[in-house]
Amino acid sequence: MKAPASWIREYVDLPAGVTTEELAARLTALGLKLEAIVSPGDRITGPLVVGKVLTKEPEPQKNGKTINWCTVDVGAANGTGEPQGIVCGAHNFAPGDLVVVVLPGGVLPGDFAISARKTYGHVSAGMICSARELGLGEDHDGIIVLPEGAGEPGESAFPLLGLDDDVIEFEINPDRAYALSLRGIAREAALAYDAPYRDPADRALPEPNATGHPVRIDDPVGCPVFVARKVTGFDPTAASPDWMVRRLTQAGMRPISLAVDVTNYVMLEIGRPIHGYDADRVRGPIGVRRAREGERVTTLDGAERILSIEDLVVTDDSGIIGLGGVMGGETTEMSETTTSILVEAAHWDAVSMFRTGKRHKITSEAGKRNERGVDPVVTQAAADRVVELLTTFGGGTADPGVTVVGLPPEQPRITISYDLPARVTGMPIDAATTVAHLEAVGCVLEKGDTTLTATTPPWRPDLTDPFDLVEEVARVVGYDRVPSVLPREAAGRGLTREQRLRRRVGRTLAGAGCAEVISFPFVGDATFDALGLAADDVRRATVRLANPLSSEEPSYTTTLLPGLLKAVARNLGRGAPGVALFETGTVAFPADRGPAPIYGVDWRPSDDELAKLFEAIPDQPLHLAVVLAGERERAGWWGEGRDAGWADAVGLVRRLGAELGVGVDVAAARRMPWHPGRCAEVRVAGPETGVVLGHAGELHPKVCQAFGIPARSAALEIDLDALMRHARDVVPGPDFSTYPVAKEDVALVVDAKVRSVAVETALREGAGDLLESVRLFDVYTGEQLGEGKKSLAFALRFRADDRTLTEEETAAARDAAVALAAERTGAVQR
Amino acid sequence: MSGPNTDYDPVEVTPLKAEEVEAARDAALAAIAAAADLAELKQVRIDHTGDRSPLALANREIGALPPQARKEAGQRIGRARGAVNKALADRQAVLEVEHEERMLVEETVDVTVPTDRVPTGARHPLTTGAELIADIFVAMGWEVAEGPVIEAEWLNFDALNLGPDHPARTMQDTFWTDPGDDHLVLRTHTSPVQARTMLQRTPPIYVICPGRVFRTDEYDATHSPVFHQVEGLAIDEGITMAHLKGTLDHFAAQMFGEGINTRFRPSYFPFTEPSAEVDLVCFVCRGAGELDGSSCRTCRGEGWIEWGGCGVVNPRVLAACGVDAERYTGFAFGMGIDRTLMFRHGIEDLRELFEGDVRFTTAFGTEL
Repeated sequence: MKAPASWIREYVDLPAGVTTEELAARLTALGLKLEAIVSPGDRITGPLVVGKVLTKEPEPQKNGKTINWCTVDVGAANGTGEPQGIVCGAHNFAPGDLVVVVLPGGVLPGDFAISARKTYGHVSAGMICSARELGLGEDHDGIIVLPEGAGEPGESAFPLLGLDDDVIEFEINPDRAYALSLRGIAREAALAYDAPYRDPADRALPEPNATGHPVRIDDPVGCPVFVARKVTGFDPTAASPDWMVRRLTQAGMRPISLAVDVTNYVMLEIGRPIHGYDADRVRGPIGVRRAREGERVTTLDGAERILSIEDLVVTDDSGIIGLGGVMGGETTEMSETTTSILVEAAHWDAVSMFRTGKRHKITSEAGKRNERGVDPVVTQAAADRVVELLTTFGGGTADPGVTVVGLPPEQPRITISYDLPARVTGMPIDAATTVAHLEAVGCVLEKGDTTLTATTPPWRPDLTDPFDLVEEVARVVGYDRVPSVLPREAAGRGLTREQRLRRRVGRTLAGAGCAEVISFPFVGDATFDALGLAADDVRRATVRLANPLSSEEPSYTTTLLPGLLKAVARNLGRGAPGVALFETGTVAFPADRGPAPIYGVDWRPSDDELAKLFEAIPDQPLHLAVVLAGERERAGWWGEGRDAGWADAVGLVRRLGAELGVGVDVAAARRMPWHPGRCAEVRVAGPETGVVLGHAGELHPKVCQAFGIPARSAALEIDLDALMRHARDVVPGPDFSTYPVAKEDVALVVDAKVRSVAVETALREGAGDLLESVRLFDVYTGEQLGEGKKSLAFALRFRADDRTLTEEETAAARDAAVALAAERTGAVQR
Repeated sequence: MSGPNTDYDPVEVTPLKAEEVEAARDAALAAIAAAADLAELKQVRIDHTGDRSPLALANREIGALPPQARKEAGQRIGRARGAVNKALADRQAVLEVEHEERMLVEETVDVTVPTDRVPTGARHPLTTGAELIADIFVAMGWEVAEGPVIEAEWLNFDALNLGPDHPARTMQDTFWTDPGDDHLVLRTHTSPVQARTMLQRTPPIYVICPGRVFRTDEYDATHSPVFHQVEGLAIDEGITMAHLKGTLDHFAAQMFGEGINTRFRPSYFPFTEPSAEVDLVCFVCRGAGELDGSSCRTCRGEGWIEWGGCGVVNPRVLAACGVDAERYTGFAFGMGIDRTLMFRHGIEDLRELFEGDVRFTTAFGTEL
């Protein structure tokens, strides 16, 4: 809402010396948030004066343009009193016209300094200005021609153009619809300064009578009050007065014609949207009712609207002539030939206005006010003001008929105890202050011993609850007076187990050289295609959005890999030699357990109802994914670098398992987007074997290609919730032997297809209790071994709890280990 | 150890002469003194104290002497050998020190060469920022509550006094799931976590709810369809706006430094009444609005930074969530984590948070 300061001051006597900035700050403190103060004159330095065109000589130029060589009387403003010679490119003026002249030395918006300069064979000493050059609008059709008698040559043009009038732009919250009018803003200014206020809606009104245009309301809930007035003999060519045009422009509205401008002006002034009909096109009595399903009306904007039974419509004998309170119809629209105007000022049900505006996607200044709530009492005053302005400036006659149908709804009454504001705000607000401030905002009070009952003012439909009154008192007292007190210390339980574990996971990965990424969770079929997912892959079953940002990515993701792969490609594209990225985030799988219920809000749903609600929400497990691409270890003076590979991904899962105390088993698996021969399925080890955590390994070459990242890039994705569920809570203190260790290395030749884990398991079991650890330290293939064979070298470490092992004991354990490996895997010791 | 020698060689008896013993001693001492390094000294030790050295040979001869001569010869040779051994030990110590010093010099490396064999990792500042905030509140005895991002419409809107016709529902352009009559949304704020907490716990409640939220905003330098919020909720007996102010002042000081506090401006949120916007004293210019004579860039000369919204929990919300509004009052607040980090760290473009450029992330390390 843009409010010219001069317009605000018209209704409130502010103390002397209050600047626009101070006023805006005080209003902000009351809840009208300052967006900006626009002072058009601030960007102009004089001399900017009224000039009277004396002569105008058109001079065609070689470039095809015609310029006008003018002499302009600028009074004594140029210091000489002589006519000023000025070249002007515009043609919309004639000798004798009053224009706006900036003289040499002046500066226009955009730091445009004016000087006398030679152009088109003349010395042009200044400039005749257009509205755009002065920053007053986009109108560049020509220069500004002032109305006759607007001022004397040489007089400052600042006040004439409103350049000395600041415009305060406020952000108006939805609960303060009354501030979408100068009436409301000025009322707040009066409240801020405890200053005298003149209500522009407070005017002497003609008595309603039966001679006005007949109106029938069939839906008094949707339209409690309908006022109709008529102006006849209106001159459709009459221009809006300059002050009205200026104020409308300052308020951000485009001047159109006197009849339209007047309705807009009164809406800004009083806050009540007005609709004007071409009275000659209205057939018979006006009616107000709900539409029938499927009825149609063409609105002012030329759109044909198919109506619903919830829409409120205005009718005449021809049918529907408007969407009540939202937009008028085409058939009764005022035009440039309209001489008879039917003025409608009606009060409409806000919820209906909101729904109709939303259903038909209509946003308008009128709709914005009607759906937030307008003062129902001022319908007659607004209509009367419109009639006054139309007859004053349009030469018409006010029809004596005054139709007023219906009554404004009763205002709610709210009872609070006197100390409620103090109890809620923590400010020392006594009963007298509460009473004074509620009365100041317009409440009418009945004062009891311990409670008061407030009848709220009609322009405040937002006041419905006791706490609303608390806010009114508090904002007048001043939010800056709220003390700063810490609440009592709660006996908190600290972070939850999962919250602590998540931090550990993040630190572990960062410690392993991975950088965390947060990406958008939106995907589409193309993403899944790029990952090579089969048509029936469960990851393609997504929670879809009804209104996605992009139709290409309409789903909430089921995997974190796409976001990471894109970020990897971005980093490599920006020149990173290698990158390791991780992300933790929720993915979603559809629940398909029916719609989520909508309950009432007056009391808590039952536990069963809540369970049903929670049940309908899609499963959203927390996932962790890592992608490693390019250089994993750098080359340097220490030697060669090393690119990331499948083992880095598998290694990271093991490292996380170790960090969280979860044993993990790894088995070969085939799953996109991984390389079918280099993909590991990761499971929880131990009694709960079978819980699949996720997968790790090298990415499929096609996937690398699709995402534009190097071949052999590696990735892992696991269900972090599952991993954390298995995390060890209390680690038992370890018990270990301090006797010497005995080491034995064995090299075993096996078939190339044999998994090392099988050999290792056999060794472990065969070696018995003396075995402390077994570790594969070398894999060798070569001609000596023969085709299809490989040699696995294991380091075995033996230790007893109670003695130093003898060579014989160690050798026996080693031989037993090898024997079991031979039996199970066909291993032959080299 | 040589025992009594009964098979001595008369030719070798000469070293037992006093002058020869002294000559052998002097030769040894001279050689020791002349040894330039530990290797040379080792050879000197062999030559002058080894089994074939004159003094060793002489010593071996002592047993062959007549008993009356043994004592004197023994003493003479013992003194000579003692002198030589002491000289050897002394020289050994000196040469060892010299050797070590030389070795340390020779082993000097260029410590300025790069050592970045394995790249540095980092956690995302949105993660560590949320943790920093969590730690501030946990230190006050609060807890951290979380909830799903795909949320029931009722929890995201209705329970928070945002009825189907509430104008505020259009203020928050919402992602709805398909079909719309599933009544599910991508949560537009973390407030449904507050609702869940009230529905599932009994007061006193002191929780913060950090997390990812969604609005159908265009993606630009200051807007994102995906962003992060932290909200706070306190429900207890006797809670007032003053407690809200105290909590936010404490939060601001912890996050931005001592002396940085907040101010309230009246505002409107359906879930709170009274409602306020929270501004933060600009921690760069400390409220002056200017810095070194020019307008402060962080607060654009305002002296204050818009931080978030807050208020006293609307009793209608308490009713829908089953909190006894006669007994308890509460306050709630919320702010953007992304935005907070942007001005705390001078991040110009919001999109940097979501691009995943490692140069951005690693700049913040693993903790904020």
